[in-house]
Amino acid sequence: MNALAKRGYYGTYGGQYVPETLMRALDELEETYLSCRQDLDFLKELHYYLEVYAGRPTPLYRAQRLSEELGVELYLKREDLNHTGAHKINNTLGQILLARRMGKQRIVAETGAGQHGVATATTAAMFGMECVVYMGEEDIRRQALNVFRMRLLGAEVKPVRSGSRTLKDATNEAIRDWVTNVEDTYYLIGSVVGPHPYPMLVRDFQSVIGQETRKQILETAGRLPDRIYACVGGGSNAIGIFHPFVQDRTVKLVGVEAGGEGLAAGRHSASLSAGRPGILHGALSYLLMDEEGQILPTHSISAGLDYPGVGPEHAFLKDSGRVRYETVTDTEALDALVLLSRKEGIIPALESAHALACVLREAAGLPEKSLIVVNISGRGDKDMKTVAAETGVEL
Amino acid sequence: MKNKVAENFQEIKERGGTALIPFIMAGDPDLAATFTILPYLEKGGADLIELGVPFSDPLADGPVIQEAAQRALAKGFRLKTFLRVLAKNRGLVSIPIVLLVYYNLIYQYGPERFLAEAAEAGVNGLIIPDLPPEEAGGLRVPAEKNGVALNMLVAPTSSPQRIQTAAALTTGFIYLVSVRGVTGERPALPPGLPELAGRVKELTGRPVAVGFGISQPAQARQISSFADGVIVGSALVKKLAANACNSPVVAGEEGGAFLRGFREAMV
Repeated sequence: MNALAKRGYYGTYGGQYVPETLMRALDELEETYLSCRQDLDFLKELHYYLEVYAGRPTPLYRAQRLSEELGVELYLKREDLNHTGAHKINNTLGQILLARRMGKQRIVAETGAGQHGVATATTAAMFGMECVVYMGEEDIRRQALNVFRMRLLGAEVKPVRSGSRTLKDATNEAIRDWVTNVEDTYYLIGSVVGPHPYPMLVRDFQSVIGQETRKQILETAGRLPDRIYACVGGGSNAIGIFHPFVQDRTVKLVGVEAGGEGLAAGRHSASLSAGRPGILHGALSYLLMDEEGQILPTHSISAGLDYPGVGPEHAFLKDSGRVRYETVTDTEALDALVLLSRKEGIIPALESAHALACVLREAAGLPEKSLIVVNISGRGDKDMKTVAAETGVEL
Repeated sequence: MKNKVAENFQEIKERGGTALIPFIMAGDPDLAATFTILPYLEKGGADLIELGVPFSDPLADGPVIQEAAQRALAKGFRLKTFLRVLAKNRGLVSIPIVLLVYYNLIYQYGPERFLAEAAEAGVNGLIIPDLPPEEAGGLRVPAEKNGVALNMLVAPTSSPQRIQTAAALTTGFIYLVSVRGVTGERPALPPGLPELAGRVKELTGRPVAVGFGISQPAQARQISSFADGVIVGSALVKKLAANACNSPVVAGEEGGAFLRGFREAMV
């Protein structure tokens, strides 16, 4: 599949819709990245940090009781076991090494739930770099613990009060900072979104998830999986686990978006399922917007999926039919989180619970012993306040 | 088809002047106020008006213009309605009107249809802050066909090659972004701006208007000695915001007087 027909495009999606001021920085980034990805020293260094710092490879665990209950072979890719508790660190390690190669000393990032912000603050602390994280005021309120973690790690967390005061506005503000300080600042984006080359390089850094999964499932089950499920907000954990399987036509790939209170109710974050193509944050992809193109507020119980756009490669994979995209409601995700906790002793992030919830819905229709992999992209500690509130408990 | 923006710059050049280009946000706080204010800008000495189209996520703009867009959207701004109202009221001013529009709004409208309807409404040119030359090729033909000038942006970080690419698409003026950053007032012009503007003029052979950060008549005077146009945005938007809600006429008078200060300072 020739996904990159035109430079920076996935089919008709992607591109570089940014102010002229940033074009030189994007060119430099692309040039640095293309040379780094063929540079053995760079790859060795990245591998070293992934292993001794992030804790890779993460296990592929066969969910014993759930497999039995569902009548399928259910495997969980344990990205929740990474340092900082989610897949985000795969990308921040890769990008911070790029920033070092480019001689940048200051890192800016956006964050929604705070997972990417924490992963960025963590790696910046390890390399002694200045770190500024933009976070919507609304998210700061919802994710106080992660805000505290970032500050403890030495990052400056800047509240964003514009627009809807969530991830999309934090992204605007991070880009504005980058435009202003482009000479000495590296913009460390957290998902497979934004202008080229970000969707490409974040995908490549996250593909370690799928590469390991492939090796592990062949070792344990002796064959490729029948289906892989992953949640999709911006879409980095999903692209990361899907990408090494895209050529394997027998492996069905399912991306699960946040259905919020249900698509009919209008309060959701399902850009691929309910949106249409448009331009936001530097790329053409599916978006949630009104008829004229003003970006709409979104909703999800999980802050990490609460975003009106999605990575352009997902838009391409949707149109080509290679990946099927489904939605799961807040309630279904919450139920899946509780179920995985009770049955397997693993409390997943609310984001990852969306992927599992879709499996629970579809398992009954699958042939017995179907081989299923779910990407548990993060752990649920950060969500305890939300989950408690939903179940009527005050922490 | 020759466009009004290019003609306008030609005329100003022939009489040895510099274009004064005020920016205001359409629909801030509502369309009635916008159309009340416009004639005062022309009376205040504007040669061309840049009208911002409100967008929910204006990533090239600083706080003053972001808030202006939010105010307009909160009052229910619609691009289609705006074009209809503009068509009816275009006669209120005789100078060219250039729209500043983020690309998603054009993309959703359909570029061909947008250009036709904008031209029909009396729009003479476009500035699209998130559309670099790489992505702008598709607009060239419909813009040309409708006599709408494309005004590409050039930044201090643009390479000579990029500046020439921008020039090739530009049929009006080059919008020279004076600084690395977003729109908003700054106390002083960045060092090296005259040289940068000179370089851009030489490389492009197009009129060059300088924007971002210009808030004082003295800055406009300096710019008029080395560029073809001066764009005043945030400072004017802030000035208007004080009265636009209660009394658009007073806001217009004040805005006009504010511009007059720039006009008189300029060469």
